[in-house]
Amino acid sequence: MSLLEIIILIPLLAAALIGAGLPAKLISRGAALLNLVVLLVVLSQHAAGVNLAHSVRILDNPSISFAVGADGLSLTLALLTCLVLLAAVWQIIDKPAIYHVASLLIAGGALGAFLSTDLFFIYGFHELALIPTLLMIAVHGHGDATNRRAIAWKITVYLGAGSLVLLAGLAALVLNFSGSNGLTFDLNALMETAKTAPLAADTQAWLFFVLLVGFGTLVSLFPFHSWAAPAYAAAPTPVAMLHSGVLKKFGLYGLIKIALPLLPLGAKAEWVQQALLIMLVGNIIVIGLVTIHQNRLDTMLGNSSVMHMGYIFLGIAAGSPVALNGAVLLMFAHGISIALAFALCGKMRNQLGTLEFSKLGGLAANAPFLTVMFAFATFSSIGLPGLANFAGEVMVFVGAFNLNLNAGLKPIHWATILALWGVVISAVYMLRAYRSLFFGKAAEGHFISDPVGSQRLPLLLLTAVLLVVGCRPTLITDLLTFAAK
Amino acid sequence: MICPFAIEICLAVAGVVLLALDAFADKLNRMVVPVLAIAATTVALVTLLTACCGACAEVPVWLAPHFTLDSLAMFYKTFALVTTLVVLILAVISDKVLAHFTSSEGVKTRIGEFYALPLIICAGMMWMASAKDLLTVFVPLELVTVSFYVLVAYTRRSALSLEAGVKYLILGALSTGILVYGIAWIYGVTGSLSFEGIAIALKQPDANAAPLLFGAALLLAGLGFKVAAAPFQIWVPDVYQGAPTPVAAYLSVGSKAAGFVVLTRVVQAFTVEGSIIAEPVLHALLVAAALTIVLGSLPAIFQTNVKRLFAYSSISHAGFLLLALACGSSARFGLDAAGVVAFYLATYLPMTLLGFLILCTLRAQGVGEDLKSLTGLARRNPGMAFALTVALASMAGLPLTAGFMGKLLVFVAAVDGGHYGVVAVAIVGAAAGFYYYFKPILAVYSAGEPDAAKLTWPLLSRVTAIVLMLGILVLGVYPRALQKVLEPVAAAVVQSK
Repeated sequence: MSLLEIIILIPLLAAALIGAGLPAKLISRGAALLNLVVLLVVLSQHAAGVNLAHSVRILDNPSISFAVGADGLSLTLALLTCLVLLAAVWQIIDKPAIYHVASLLIAGGALGAFLSTDLFFIYGFHELALIPTLLMIAVHGHGDATNRRAIAWKITVYLGAGSLVLLAGLAALVLNFSGSNGLTFDLNALMETAKTAPLAADTQAWLFFVLLVGFGTLVSLFPFHSWAAPAYAAAPTPVAMLHSGVLKKFGLYGLIKIALPLLPLGAKAEWVQQALLIMLVGNIIVIGLVTIHQNRLDTMLGNSSVMHMGYIFLGIAAGSPVALNGAVLLMFAHGISIALAFALCGKMRNQLGTLEFSKLGGLAANAPFLTVMFAFATFSSIGLPGLANFAGEVMVFVGAFNLNLNAGLKPIHWATILALWGVVISAVYMLRAYRSLFFGKAAEGHFISDPVGSQRLPLLLLTAVLLVVGCRPTLITDLLTFAAK
Repeated sequence: MICPFAIEICLAVAGVVLLALDAFADKLNRMVVPVLAIAATTVALVTLLTACCGACAEVPVWLAPHFTLDSLAMFYKTFALVTTLVVLILAVISDKVLAHFTSSEGVKTRIGEFYALPLIICAGMMWMASAKDLLTVFVPLELVTVSFYVLVAYTRRSALSLEAGVKYLILGALSTGILVYGIAWIYGVTGSLSFEGIAIALKQPDANAAPLLFGAALLLAGLGFKVAAAPFQIWVPDVYQGAPTPVAAYLSVGSKAAGFVVLTRVVQAFTVEGSIIAEPVLHALLVAAALTIVLGSLPAIFQTNVKRLFAYSSISHAGFLLLALACGSSARFGLDAAGVVAFYLATYLPMTLLGFLILCTLRAQGVGEDLKSLTGLARRNPGMAFALTVALASMAGLPLTAGFMGKLLVFVAAVDGGHYGVVAVAIVGAAAGFYYYFKPILAVYSAGEPDAAKLTWPLLSRVTAIVLMLGILVLGVYPRALQKVLEPVAAAVVQSK
């Protein structure tokens, strides 16, 4: 058994133990901590060049294996998952055990999806993580019951449809790249075939587009995004943290890990490029403007999370090593910063009862700690230097803008220029939210106090990661191995 | 060495003995008959799996033209026994409910027949699994169907059950008539009743296709009734809803599997290499598959009664099975049509029976069968809520459950066969499944009435549920175990061609 398998199994096992009646808080915190430790061991082994791949055949012809393997990309996302899981279960107070179980299942599914190297399990683990997400929103979400139900159905339909499109795309990959020795779902074997016998450029373009729509729906790519903001606003805090921080990254991960290497010409096809650029500019500008108009913190954060996906898609559209490195770094950074933001949002909702900007103000007076933490989340989200998002955004912009710049301004350069304006947009809404919540005249009847004792730890953990990675982005980028072609 | 059909004979005799015991031994404890029935099935299952595999593989010469013990037969015999065993357990769990609906006021009637008849049905299904000619198919098929007439209408003080019984009787008799008529045509044209003989006759290039097709259509229609394939599926929802829950489970799993083993052999004979009616038969199967999936999935969306929901789900699963049957084998694919059908049924067994098991357990404690009464089940008994969730998730075809594996194999086989149109319909059906299977899951986890009483989960039900859940998970995560068993099925079929 490989350490990678252990990492996947720990949260699932912990969820089962809690289900069997063991103390939820202890088990989930212990499992999250243990998982982080094991992952750090894995990272050190990976750095030492140990091959951690392992596989167990579960079906012959079509051949399917429970195969795990690690590269820099999957380890980065696994690290993100472990960090957010720890913070998410740590900040759960006075909630039924199902909160812990759901968090562990979501994280376990995400880890399985990131660490598997077999399309069957990559897809399967992601679905496994979706179910508790949907159930938690439908059953334990915020807002009134009918509205919550409607939101739960909306995301079920959106993500279900997206998953089916994705499944069709993956099935096409399996059928096209299996080679002559029977069907296989093994990603490495498919990549071998893709190298030796690539598809025609037209077919690649179509397939890439199908995968883009499938994966894109899961990442709230414009115009398939409308599930995301209401879902995050309604989701219980740990679920919002884990889904927006971690699970949503699965779509981006799939594009980088599966679609780009298998269909290199498809990503470069002109019409696919242009479609992707239009969609990602939609994410940044349209959703950015929508975000400015939000009057509540939770929907604002939900929309901002949709908006920031645009930058990562820009990195994928550029496809150059610098841009891809930046995209992955930004995935990591965004995951941490949005999880921090949702954790704070959850704390405020619990104490204040409302999140509307117009009803709140002056919170800094009684909650200096929360104010500082929120400042970090805000600044990181805007992309201030010294915090993790900055390095990622800069690398994406530089990577995208440098692409064949000698040949004049191409659509991707225009998209980059528009995306830069997005930074201004996010500065506007983030700083406005920060000001109206924490400064100004204190609102009547809404009182908030700082978290005490160990409840500060999850917030501090995420902030520390933002700072450390912001100052030393090489910690992440050195893991990645996107070579220049 | 045991006689090859000893198990069937012993089961049928055990059924008759138990009937007599129940009728004449007045002072007997009411649990004796069920315990004996379960014991008989268990012994039969153990015997089949241990003693019978090698020892009686040889069928005596006089029986060989009518009876086979190939691996397909062995698989379906095991399947019939496992199903019967679980159904008997369901019956024990529902004992009080059954007794309530059969006794007059103040009298406690014994319901021994309810436990004895499944043994006879099981013997019939096992014989069907081995049948090599149409007559050997027909007799056990009637044994099964007639016993089911009794079981469906068994809870005689429930109007719904009686209605279901009448519907099942009339449509069952009609389908039997159609089936016999088809057999007569086939026999008249080919001069043979055995599958091998029919296959040989179909290969004659100068044979007249029209009467053959007419006979084949009648035969497929008659079998279509039994497996709930469209357009012969109309009886299913009413009968499932009205029949006692264990019987609905038996119909949906056992009866369907018995129908499909016969259908597998019939279709194999019809589509043998060089057969003049192969193409129209496969086309008819594909059309029926698409129609069955649509007519199963779409009405299911609007159901509010869980048993009716399961009925439509059972129809839609029959569609997937027909699709698998129509796909044929391919070099890129490890299992052939018979293997995929068997695999799908093996995934279908634990999830469907688990669903019915939870329904029976709830019903025994007075919980109704509509979606509303499931509300808040997670609070009343988290274990049962979880088991029902696993069953429904598997039926919906969620990855890492048995149901997904079955659907995946069918889809791969169908795409490989180039039947994109039907695949598209099947995908829509599967997507609709996500909706209608998730409705009960959502109900289960919604907050119900806060003061609703906790429910108990009896040991028998719990143990059975755990075994079935393990089956779902193992098939979903390590399907190779079953694939290894089924490979000989595929191999045997290839040989017999």
